[in-house]
Amino acid sequence: MSEPLIGVVLAHDELAAALVAAVREIAGDEHGLLPVSNAGSDRKAITAHLDAAIAGRRAVVFADLPGGSCAFSAAAFARERPEVRVVTGVNLAMLVDFVFHRHLSPADAAARAIETGRRAVGAVRAAGAVGR
Amino acid sequence: MSIAVYRIDDRLIHGQVVVGWGQVLGVGFIVLVDDEVRGSDWEQELYRMGVPPAVSVEFAGVAEAIMRLPAWEADPRRGIVLTGDIDGMVTLCTGAPDRISRVNLGGIHFREGRKERLRYLYLSDEEATKLRALARCGIEVTAQDVPTARPVPLEELLA
Repeated sequence: MSEPLIGVVLAHDELAAALVAAVREIAGDEHGLLPVSNAGSDRKAITAHLDAAIAGRRAVVFADLPGGSCAFSAAAFARERPEVRVVTGVNLAMLVDFVFHRHLSPADAAARAIETGRRAVGAVRAAGAVGR
Repeated sequence: MSIAVYRIDDRLIHGQVVVGWGQVLGVGFIVLVDDEVRGSDWEQELYRMGVPPAVSVEFAGVAEAIMRLPAWEADPRRGIVLTGDIDGMVTLCTGAPDRISRVNLGGIHFREGRKERLRYLYLSDEEATKLRALARCGIEVTAQDVPTARPVPLEELLA
């Protein structure tokens, strides 16, 4: 059986570390997530930091803005690496769910994260139900 | 003049450009002047995907940009012209003299040999000299990452 996937949260400033800390709070220490910030880095440096964090492992990269430097750097990095998938628009719901589905393939884990993340976005109505 | 900002940014097209400046200025097009991206179809596709559909993205090599600058300036929409490094902008300014009056230093990040001038701006002595040369040609050079920040004049940066 292959090693569980790792997740890399790649985001602006302190967001990545904050999201990983929040996941730890909810799901415990065995979360398999690493934070990488784009702070102080140009495009190539962001990619180098991502490369160092992934270190050749199977991974899902969770980037923040779809049109941001994190997403572009991750997409460039993953282009010829089928074992690395990139999801943009990271949120806490998809990260917490990912922690419990690290046995999936990178492609399946990424697809699941997108679905989970989308389901989590909505308006809370007076009755308490979440809808879109 | 339809080019609202000439910007040097080593993150190229990214959130600050598209959202920070693009939304505030009501930008209709972004030109990325970068020889490497100009030669890469997949990178161009990537950058197009990251920009709202209402904003068009054009790609040009540095030499090509000098030729196309008058057309961009005549465009009825407002635009942003970006280079990924100082050399690209210097070549553009010297190749199209008197067309560019202001240059925005939007993001030049840490590399070996550069000194921190602002949180998002690191310059080597050689790069500082190149920017001083631009300023001597009458171009106003300021650092400003987002529109709400104070533009910091070059002389203050290098003081």
